[in-house]
Amino acid sequence: MSDRERIAAERAAWEQQDVAEFARRRPERRERFETFSGEQHERLYTPADVDVDYARDLGFPGRYPFTRGAYPTMYRAQPWTMRQIAGYGTGADTNARFRYLIAQGQTGISVDFDMPTLMGYDSDDPRSEGEVGREGVAIDTVDDMDELFKDIELDRISVSMTINPTAWILLAMYVVLAQERNIPLERLAGTVQNDIIKEYIAQKEWIYPPRPAMRLVRDSILYSTARMPHYNPVNVSGYHIREAGSTAAQEVAFTLAAGMAYVEEVIAAGGSVDDFAPRLSFFFVSQIDFLEEVAKFRAARRIWARTMKEKYGARKPESMRLRFHTQTAGASCTAREPLNNIVRTTIEALAAVLGGTQSLHTNGYDEALSIPSETAMKIALRTQQILLEESGVAGTIDALAGSYAVESLTGRIERQVEEYFRQIEERGGTIACVEQGWLQQQIADSAFELARKKDAHEFEFVGVTKYRSENGKSPELDLHSVDPAWERNQIERLHRTKAARDQRAVAAALERLANAAKDERENLMPYTIDAVRARATAGEVVNTLVPLFGRYKELAIF
Amino acid sequence: MMTTSAQNFRIVVAKAGLDGHDRGAKIVARALRDAGMEVIYTGLHQTPQEVVETAIQEDADVIGISILSGAHMTIFPKILQLLRSQSAQDIAVVAGGVIQATDVPKLIEMGVAAVYDAEQPLAALVAAVREHAGERRARLGLA
Repeated sequence: MSDRERIAAERAAWEQQDVAEFARRRPERRERFETFSGEQHERLYTPADVDVDYARDLGFPGRYPFTRGAYPTMYRAQPWTMRQIAGYGTGADTNARFRYLIAQGQTGISVDFDMPTLMGYDSDDPRSEGEVGREGVAIDTVDDMDELFKDIELDRISVSMTINPTAWILLAMYVVLAQERNIPLERLAGTVQNDIIKEYIAQKEWIYPPRPAMRLVRDSILYSTARMPHYNPVNVSGYHIREAGSTAAQEVAFTLAAGMAYVEEVIAAGGSVDDFAPRLSFFFVSQIDFLEEVAKFRAARRIWARTMKEKYGARKPESMRLRFHTQTAGASCTAREPLNNIVRTTIEALAAVLGGTQSLHTNGYDEALSIPSETAMKIALRTQQILLEESGVAGTIDALAGSYAVESLTGRIERQVEEYFRQIEERGGTIACVEQGWLQQQIADSAFELARKKDAHEFEFVGVTKYRSENGKSPELDLHSVDPAWERNQIERLHRTKAARDQRAVAAALERLANAAKDERENLMPYTIDAVRARATAGEVVNTLVPLFGRYKELAIF
Repeated sequence: MMTTSAQNFRIVVAKAGLDGHDRGAKIVARALRDAGMEVIYTGLHQTPQEVVETAIQEDADVIGISILSGAHMTIFPKILQLLRSQSAQDIAVVAGGVIQATDVPKLIEMGVAAVYDAEQPLAALVAAVREHAGERRARLGLA
């Protein structure tokens, strides 16, 4: 009898005798305990539940398959980057928030753009009315970006830009800004999200149909890896997939499937996997189910490493190493009793740290109500600082490894993700699944299931579905307020830039871009850089390519 | 008791403005459909004109509009105005999403029938929409 068999036999005896007898006197609270993703939380995990070959499945931090961490010393050498996202109003407004956060000890910058900027509408477009500077900062031209990063040393702090359909334009603006400040491109560290696949399936901002949009991602990856060795030209994101209602396994599966689509797109254009794969970066949520989330991060690292090695023949360890940013779950925050969100965020942040994240955004307690106030952001940042400086968890790498529960959950998520990979492959790959709406449907189904459970009280939300208090709904909070002047100011700024530029140079640059776009092999980054240097607006660049690329029409599935 | 079993009430669920958060709208659309109503989901990024056009074409009893981007104070007045100008103000307009408490009375004042948030249990929401639809039919003498 092997050890495992002996333990399994003893476990069975314990269930039949001790557990059964005890439960007769004191029944368990529920028949089935579930993770937030609806998977079973077993009563107990033992070595018999863990099918791990240490060398093959876990290994050592910084080594294949990277289950135990991306780097050999993790936070002992380099604490995760504390990167609170910010963006509202004009560049100057957001710049003030950045400087406040840096003064409080934040170590990276993260920019949130307003909806018009995300979708490629200029601030004076009729579709932008009421949305300018509201959910993020408004950027129409390089001049706005210059103001956004005023007095911020772009060669000393890494900047992450959460932008997708127009990512290649904002990256072009960033390049121009660096050049105009005489900063060599090779010194730029940072990230542009540039993950268009998850837009179609989760975050839902788009311009062009998937195939031409993939070309723009390809062009920015190729441009960036050739000239900006410390820059991440894509941040493949599961955050929005999960926030849209997916399960943990779907989050990992669909994110990595998107990553695989980018890898294939660049390889098809002649890129060599070990040239660009080390610069691919990832982004996950940390939801409220602590053990499931820790397992999820570990599983994601292992699966990506194996995929890159086995499927794409990567040879450099850096190509197999999954690095990721984490944000705590906006969807877990409640509008009622908002201070409870500080506690939720702390649990989620702890899971992200024990899961080995490279950078972290912790949500403000007012997340369910508005974009965060300064006070809310400060507490959120302090949460991270307490984890780093006081909790002790940053001293030991992958401290939960070897936990029967965590290893078992890690293996289970890996198997589920592989099953999704198989289904995606069967349907013709990631892009085909986007076009068919299959991924969208999977997410919508999971979201509905969770809503049903909430209604049925199968999953309780404290202060909302259980322990409700009378006055929970009207907290006295100092919320972020929107200044109607932002929209006016931004439109004036845009008009000043347009009045001052050389119109013919702009028109000529846009014409060159339109011509280059006709040849599928041309990289559009240099043409876009020339256009935005001449102060073409983001909207103008977008519209230049619409006649050729078309506009995406959503499959409105529910 | 109104046991009219939704009698083919027609509901347009719309996402207006540039906001991409469609999780809630789709859950509500599905819950209404499961309750036996005819649901027309517009998809994302609709202009007020597009929403109103759809509602009139589809002979909607209720338009449910979800906005989480904060643009509700710009979008709702336009939709209500367009409905009035096309003599379609009998269609009930209800709001969902993230709407700050201070804006709720303002929306009601301008003619929005009700404002719901994510805390509303689906069953209660379905009942409320059914009631709005029934009232509209009654107003038009169609009940």
